[in-house]
Amino acid sequence: MKKLVKGNIALCEGAIAAGLKSYFGYPITPQNEVPAYLSRKMVELGRVFVQAESEIAAANMVLGAAVTGARAMTSSSSPGISLKQEAISYMAGMQIPALIVNIQRGGPGLGNISGAQSDYFQAVKGGGHGDYRLIVLAPNSVQEMYEMAYDSFDLAEKYRTPVMILADGIVGQMMEPVEFNRPEKKDFEEKSWHLNGCKGRAPRSIQSLLMKDGVLEKHNINLQEKYKTISKNEARFETYKTDDARVIITAYGISSRIAKSAVKLARKEGIKAGLFRPKTLWPFPSEAIAALAKPGVKFLSAELSHGQMIEDVKLAVNGKVPVEFLGKAGGAIITEQEIVIKIKEMIK
Amino acid sequence: MKNEIIIAGFGGQGVLLAGTLLAQAAIEQGLHTTWFPSYGAEMRGGTANSTVVVSVDEIGSPLAFNPNALIALNEPSLNKFMPRMIEGSIIIANSSIIPSDKEYKIQPVFVPVTDISDKEIKNVKTANLVAVGALIKALELYASGNCGEDSHKRRQSAEETEGDLCDLEDTKILTLKSALAACEKAFSSKPELVEVNKKAIQAGYDFVKQL
Amino acid sequence: MEKILSKPEALKDTNMSYCPGCGHGIIHRLVAECIDELGVREKTVAVAPVGCAVFAYDYFNFDVTEAPHGRPPAVATGIKRTNPEKFVFTYQGDGDIAAIGMAETIHAANRGENITIIFVNNANYGMTGGQMAPTTLIGQKTETTPFGRDPKREGYPIHLCELLSTLEGTTYLERVSIHNPQNIIKAKKAIKKAFQCQIDGKGFSLVEVISNCPVDWGMTPLDSIKWTEEVFIKAFPLGAVKDKTDEK
Repeated sequence: MKKLVKGNIALCEGAIAAGLKSYFGYPITPQNEVPAYLSRKMVELGRVFVQAESEIAAANMVLGAAVTGARAMTSSSSPGISLKQEAISYMAGMQIPALIVNIQRGGPGLGNISGAQSDYFQAVKGGGHGDYRLIVLAPNSVQEMYEMAYDSFDLAEKYRTPVMILADGIVGQMMEPVEFNRPEKKDFEEKSWHLNGCKGRAPRSIQSLLMKDGVLEKHNINLQEKYKTISKNEARFETYKTDDARVIITAYGISSRIAKSAVKLARKEGIKAGLFRPKTLWPFPSEAIAALAKPGVKFLSAELSHGQMIEDVKLAVNGKVPVEFLGKAGGAIITEQEIVIKIKEMIK
Repeated sequence: MKNEIIIAGFGGQGVLLAGTLLAQAAIEQGLHTTWFPSYGAEMRGGTANSTVVVSVDEIGSPLAFNPNALIALNEPSLNKFMPRMIEGSIIIANSSIIPSDKEYKIQPVFVPVTDISDKEIKNVKTANLVAVGALIKALELYASGNCGEDSHKRRQSAEETEGDLCDLEDTKILTLKSALAACEKAFSSKPELVEVNKKAIQAGYDFVKQL
Repeated sequence: MEKILSKPEALKDTNMSYCPGCGHGIIHRLVAECIDELGVREKTVAVAPVGCAVFAYDYFNFDVTEAPHGRPPAVATGIKRTNPEKFVFTYQGDGDIAAIGMAETIHAANRGENITIIFVNNANYGMTGGQMAPTTLIGQKTETTPFGRDPKREGYPIHLCELLSTLEGTTYLERVSIHNPQNIIKAKKAIKKAFQCQIDGKGFSLVEVISNCPVDWGMTPLDSIKWTEEVFIKAFPLGAVKDKTDEK
């Protein structure tokens, strides 16, 4: 039988099953269950848990653990994620695989503790300094919190890049039946890059500081090549009744569930609505969206923000069809009825 | 069937646990369910609530956009959530501390859950589960009232038919049996509390049955 | 002919980019000699700072990672907690450790992390051109204290060893200098003791090395040595500030 657990706990279980060796974090609502749960669980498993003095330190501890090849993660919520951006940029530049989890809350500033989706830009457009990308996964259920946490480490290691899980206070706090159905990972391939002492090999250094003529330029070109490969291979999404849809809602995370209910409501009234749900926000499934942008179709980006992902939807459809927006921020929630009303306006 | 249930009361009255028990009961029956807490700054004393959605279909929002069931363990909770409840909602109000002689938009089912837990169960901490038992019976009566004369009799003994009231998927509701089974899961780490909480659920259920 | 002196194995055979008269070269060598003598080179994972020693990974002949400015104690915490069997030290300057990274420093110390910090105090920000450091002396002129450090405006120099000595998590804290051979020998002894402290699992150790920065101080190397002796180490007295290696 499935277990009833919170999204934040499922996330921990997914990471543990994937072989999480070290966790470093700092309390902030609505992700407090993560450090609280792992403070017991990791110690019982003989793994590493440290409550850091700050989000900054926690992210840098992850950098330290991950530089030795271990699976490491940190988690936080929006204001804390801002503090982690320094280390995230370094890890991207140093090509260190790690997991950073953002259980988003309302912003800007200290905002409030309600779920929100206002950190999309921060997650997919950089956040920290420099030309880099994170793989950004957007779970919309407790089951996916588990599965994406599990998968994130493989992705991070495959491409030697930090991965972010961009969830929100609702997905983090809600409980749903979940099946912990992934095998416990125990054996890991020997890495070619990690720092574990130079016994039997030449010393290594891992750095993002590349001052010699042209070296940083080449490093950036290599990073971009890598990002191209990731874009080609890893864009993930799901669709619901888009085949004959006149209005296709684009929504991720918690919004996508509300949007799906709205599609069902609209269909009951004979309105041809559909849902396109990116599961990866970067790479963004632009090609799949472009393929749906046929004459007569309109897109509606539904978000718990004042319009962030819509920019990528617009880039994807490239002016071919209209893209409209419905969103609320600051902890407010869009309802399925509001989406249906908006859809009706759009097809008038 | 879809129930969007709000359980509200003072922090410390066990509204989160009552919610998880309902969600666990839904799992026991193979229904879809979500549970969502209020996670405010207050730890004790303020109002707390949890929202449980139980449905035969996949659930979109775990937040209640159209709440149709409420357990109000104190008066501020009743006042706060009453305006949000849709027409025909089932409301269990803790009449041990909520006045039952006032005019309400939707007439609650008054159950003195604090008194029942105190006097019958001898454990005032179980008031939340007395209310859960009461809600299950009230939902069952409501469902049977909505299913037509023909199957009415079968529905009266819904606890034996595991809630398949109209033999139709979309009228399937939470049953006493699954709530009692959920109790064993919810208190698996404190087995000494299983029986007393089962008793509390049964007491709430029986109270409404006898109304 | 018998070879009586050679480059330590823990140093790469490369030229250092430090300024003429700078103390970093000496301190690198002392660190490398200690690592060789303790036989831990092959299990060392070191953390380089941001500052003049940012290129440490070009000079040290063992594994070295970069860390953001001020964060080496946090990075070292991540390394050591995950790999307790490795030998982990950070090499940091005054701005890195006592300004931007003060929180990381204090908390790593307070947790008693079993790591070693080599802290090079040259009373100014060398790499960026000689601005005020948290350890800049009262009255000392820098790029950003053109009238001399005035406590009313810039506060007082931070004595990190003394500050950390109040924390129960710290085991061994010593301030040394490298302005003459006698002190260089003492400095090496302190570094080795700090490393041994970690090897013995006795917890947090830090050696503050008073070093000269003639270019940014606007002095000849000789004058910088003189200033170190007559002024700098008067303001930052040398010696063990805390030593609980026998108690742990």
